[in-house]
Amino acid sequence: MSGASLVPGAPSHARRFETNPATRESTWVRRAILTLGLVFFALFLLLPLATVFTEALRKGLGVYFAALTEADAVSALLLTLLAAAIAVPLNLVFGVWAAWLVTKFDFTGKSLLVTLIDLPFSVSPVVAGLIYVLIFGAQGWFGPWLQAHDVKVIFAVPGIVLATVFVTFPFVARELIPLMEAQGREEEEAATVLGASGWQTFRHVTLPNVKWGLLYGVILCNARAFGEFGAVSVVSGHIRGLTNTLPLHVEILYNEYQFAAAFAVASLLALLALVTLGLKTFVEWRQAVGQQASQQAGQ
Amino acid sequence: MTAASVSLRPPATAPEVARRAPRRVLPGFGLSLGYTVAYLSLIVLIPLSAVFAKTSTMGWERFWSVVTAPRVVASYQLSFGMALLAAAINAVFGLLLAWSLVRYSFPGKKLVDALIDLPFALPTAVAGIALTALYSGKGWLGSVLEPLGIKVAFQPLGVLVALTFIGLPFIVRTVQPVLEDIDTELEEAAASLGAARWQTFRLVVFPVLTPALLTGFALAFARAVGEYGSVIFIAGNIPMVSEITPLMIITQLEQYDYAGATAIAVVMLVFSFALLLAINALQAWSARSRGVGAGRGKR
Repeated sequence: MSGASLVPGAPSHARRFETNPATRESTWVRRAILTLGLVFFALFLLLPLATVFTEALRKGLGVYFAALTEADAVSALLLTLLAAAIAVPLNLVFGVWAAWLVTKFDFTGKSLLVTLIDLPFSVSPVVAGLIYVLIFGAQGWFGPWLQAHDVKVIFAVPGIVLATVFVTFPFVARELIPLMEAQGREEEEAATVLGASGWQTFRHVTLPNVKWGLLYGVILCNARAFGEFGAVSVVSGHIRGLTNTLPLHVEILYNEYQFAAAFAVASLLALLALVTLGLKTFVEWRQAVGQQASQQAGQ
Repeated sequence: MTAASVSLRPPATAPEVARRAPRRVLPGFGLSLGYTVAYLSLIVLIPLSAVFAKTSTMGWERFWSVVTAPRVVASYQLSFGMALLAAAINAVFGLLLAWSLVRYSFPGKKLVDALIDLPFALPTAVAGIALTALYSGKGWLGSVLEPLGIKVAFQPLGVLVALTFIGLPFIVRTVQPVLEDIDTELEEAAASLGAARWQTFRLVVFPVLTPALLTGFALAFARAVGEYGSVIFIAGNIPMVSEITPLMIITQLEQYDYAGATAIAVVMLVFSFALLLAINALQAWSARSRGVGAGRGKR
């Protein structure tokens, strides 16, 4: 869904419609559409974003930085980093393999497989957490065995990592599949026929074509890994300093009426979201430039 | 093309090629199929099947009494009702925004385009506390609305606001690429045949957009039904009034009623699967009619 092909530097996309009498609305209709859309945008997206930062700084920079450097906040950050550091590479490797499988081969059940890969997106985060409680929890399938061997999964770090892996599962695959589908197979087939190994073909032929999409998938995957709340909340047990991720830490502070501190930690996550959106815009621009270049080279 | 930098071994001899050639030229089918299916089963399919396995042990009557308890039924009404309403609101304003982004040039357009994805990137807990602060009695919007007698925070209306926030990008990002692909010739033909601009939109443009709009609607709806993090802060969570279905699962879990939690999860999962099938069908329809709309315009 990286559809927007708004290439900076290219002649404005919208001009094509605005200068054509057949595709142009009258001035007041145009103004009404723009105003309605942008007011909605400001009310529902800009204001909440601005609220995070104003609330975070309401009690001054001292409180702000104290909230960020407090021991529980730091350990929450470290756990969040750990969960992302495990979940993102796992799903990156999976995404590449799955995309290679789906786009380079024909086999029965392919569309079912693609649907199943997308499945975690349509499962409520709370249900995502619940399934691991049912398997690894005290009353779960492996609960007695885990207890006997003194291994904790639920209300411990492994559960948080598992929940994070689940909710970030489809991101890389979903970005890569449409891209690699559009690239076709001829280049890879040519490389293989000329004697390149599978890895060489991927490394030198496929990867250069999809690197920006891959990066975009990783960025989205990482953002979700950092921000996941519902699934992680179910499996974490909310043990301060031990099983709290940053979003859970925000919740605890908020429920204790430490609003400035809660928003301070939240602002850190909001900054990450803004960086994610910035990178995404950059990647889309690179992709569009690359596509233009290859189209020109092809002509 | 970028593939030019490949360093290849000497070409394979003709018999070698002939042996490998028939259907699958590229290597790695067995390995990637095995790996993809194994990882998918381990992380997604087996854990999800735990939900159904657990429910099958609880007996039909117990299952039915849990999923039709008045408090749970009230939560379905709230979750599904508000999710539908939010998706409908987003269908209107998302279309206006997508239209503005594709067809009009205005200052700050790139920024608006990038920030549309904010609900995807911003952790849900952060969105939740920001919306609560914004709409509570002391917040920027709450302090304006409450004197007018409109209470949003800690009311069902708060759920609607949170779900609207979450759903906006689904509509914009599914409609936007279709709108970009529409051939202006269609509208030119309509205009030259004497159609008013509104008629052209209603009879020519809108039918092409309908599948994408419905897909976006279904995606936003599916996401909103399962949403947890952004809702629980602003909802107030009053039994029978403002409890969402995912919260009912959490409530059961907190009472260590795993079977009860699982029963509600099954209801949500069955619904998600049904919606996923509908979305797949819609996307196929969308892709077909997009091809028509972008092509010669035969409908």
